[in-house]
Amino acid sequence: MPSRKRIQLSHGGGGEETNSLIHDLFYRYFDNDILIAAEDAAVLEVKNKIAFTTDSFTVSPIFFNGGNIGKLAIAGTVNDLAMMGAKPLYLSSAFMIEEGFSFDDLETIVKSMADELKICGAKIVCGDTKVVPKGAVDQIFINTSGIGEIEKEGISANNLHEGDVIIVSGDVGRHGAAILMEREGLGISGDLQSDCATLWPAVQALIDSNVTISALRDATRGGLSAVLNEWAEQSKVCLEIEEASVPVDEAVQGICELFGFEAFDFANEGTFIIAVPHHHTLLAVQALQKVDVTSNASIIGRVTMKKEGKVILHSLYGSSRYLDLPKGELLPRIC
Amino acid sequence: MSELQLKDLYSGFRDPDTIKALSLAINDEAKKLKEPLKIMEVCGGHTHTIMKYGLKQLLPDNIDFIHGPGCPVCIMPKERIDHAIALAQIENTVLLTLGDMIRVPGSKSSLAVERANRYDIRALYSPLDAIKIALENPEKKVIFFAIGFETTTPMTAAVLEQMEKRGIKNLYFHINHVLVPPAVDAIMSDDRAKINAFIGPAHVSVITGAKIYLPLPKNYHTPVVVSGFEPVDVMQSILMIVKQKNENRCEMEIQYSRSVTLDGNTKAQEMINKFMKPREHFRWRGIGDIPLSALELREEYAAYDAEKIFADILPTEPIDDHKLCICGTILKGLAKPNDCKVFGTACTPNNPMGSCMVSSEGACNAYYRYGEI
Repeated sequence: MPSRKRIQLSHGGGGEETNSLIHDLFYRYFDNDILIAAEDAAVLEVKNKIAFTTDSFTVSPIFFNGGNIGKLAIAGTVNDLAMMGAKPLYLSSAFMIEEGFSFDDLETIVKSMADELKICGAKIVCGDTKVVPKGAVDQIFINTSGIGEIEKEGISANNLHEGDVIIVSGDVGRHGAAILMEREGLGISGDLQSDCATLWPAVQALIDSNVTISALRDATRGGLSAVLNEWAEQSKVCLEIEEASVPVDEAVQGICELFGFEAFDFANEGTFIIAVPHHHTLLAVQALQKVDVTSNASIIGRVTMKKEGKVILHSLYGSSRYLDLPKGELLPRIC
Repeated sequence: MSELQLKDLYSGFRDPDTIKALSLAINDEAKKLKEPLKIMEVCGGHTHTIMKYGLKQLLPDNIDFIHGPGCPVCIMPKERIDHAIALAQIENTVLLTLGDMIRVPGSKSSLAVERANRYDIRALYSPLDAIKIALENPEKKVIFFAIGFETTTPMTAAVLEQMEKRGIKNLYFHINHVLVPPAVDAIMSDDRAKINAFIGPAHVSVITGAKIYLPLPKNYHTPVVVSGFEPVDVMQSILMIVKQKNENRCEMEIQYSRSVTLDGNTKAQEMINKFMKPREHFRWRGIGDIPLSALELREEYAAYDAEKIFADILPTEPIDDHKLCICGTILKGLAKPNDCKVFGTACTPNNPMGSCMVSSEGACNAYYRYGEI
């Protein structure tokens, strides 16, 4: 039977209750020597160049089909490191919890975080817990920061060149569509899952195959449209995309039809875009297809100089248009 | 039998081979045109389809589009946006509206800015959520700022009906429902207007029936084809228009026959009539005052009419767009968005100076987003 235990203000007070929360929950799931040492700061040994990133997670609802805020908080930060060619090593995690939050739910979230960490082998080595009065946050917010050791240098959004090929690691728009489904319900049948996933194994596969990588970016907020536009602008090139080559799940497309959204604008949490020199296209696609979360990797376009700073979509029937950055407030608090 | 999938409902209407075949047929048929075709697609939904699918690129040079006034957000004059803001600022109020309305700037502010200023302003996906919100907030005044053409009016009527049925007392309506035919007449009344054919709105016609366009061929000698929103629909409608011209016909035809009849949804029409009546005047942004071009609540529902109840706080002065803005000229087909001096520079989707840049269905906005490659 689920317990009816709830998080109280005292759990964040720094005293006995805080201590027991840390020991019984966080240490239990995040168990490692550096964390358990319980010093004021984690002491880390890093030999090479490192990448460092931080992200806060406020998704609503906190539990959604395909994941929860905890899984997202790990995958999100780990993926940002992976996108710089860095193997994720150490993470911090800070919880802001609303008074009265269910202890069982917190445990589920923490367990998901621990499970997700196993995929890339990174550790949570320090953390913080704050409990705030009812209404001060919406249930639970999590911040994670992380560092990773750079295994492949030179990956940059400024690094795309004419002739490069653009690859997407899987179908686009599932996280945004899944969150929209959860929020608006609509009673649509189907099992639309967020793509929320750790991408390090896929990046590692690319590195292990010696693929020359021009740029990598996970297509989170703003979706595929945002990444392509950022690249076109930063590298001062034109990205020409074959619209029909971009994989979109049928359920995602269906949601877009109903609400008048574009799958290209929807957020992803386990899908990334890769730019590689033309002669490494096959090598990259083969490496990605061997990894579970990127088994549907597809070539979607190429880098040209047709119109600097622009993304052009080509249709199957011979027309083209610009793909613009998404505007307005599609969906707040998706991550 | 296999279950009907959502994609079955649209995939055929985007089929590349069909689009290509229609393009060939139009190009062939258009060689016989005696004068260039300037087709007004009245509805913003069609503007969106034309730009999104790049349909203009598949047509010969002697066929051009003139993007019509059919976007309910774009045609809202600034003083009425100021109404929404004033209503939202009343103490103990929840202001409800739809989508893009949140973003559009009025004379000094926008609903998005006011929401950030902690006023309770919410965008609805379904107007019927207004009922739920009114029931959940009995101590508050809930005001529905209703916008839209004939397509969305029945939804507002449905909210009114539910309100009546459930005896809800804290829900008010600010009605901005506008009508297609008077707007088209206003544009065509300018002798300089260059439009010589119309693509009739899709979903408006589902409600009103195609009969509302019967006067157009007679009054202006312009063919009208009521079209669906998918690319195949629009291409087929263009072919129908070209054929009418070449065969010296001038008629109202229905391409969107899977949804549109001559009489439309009479139940919805009755429901609208029960609650609303034509309004003497409504000022359209970019066009100006058009008599009988919008609806208002009937006298019997005055107790729920936010425009009456809160009249003392609502601004009445009309506020025009900047004098550099040429939206009115664009709507008549006398200029293109990129003919405007401020297009893309002083006037952008994030900072629109005129109606056509406001929402994704406006002509300038569509040009800005999708461009002409």
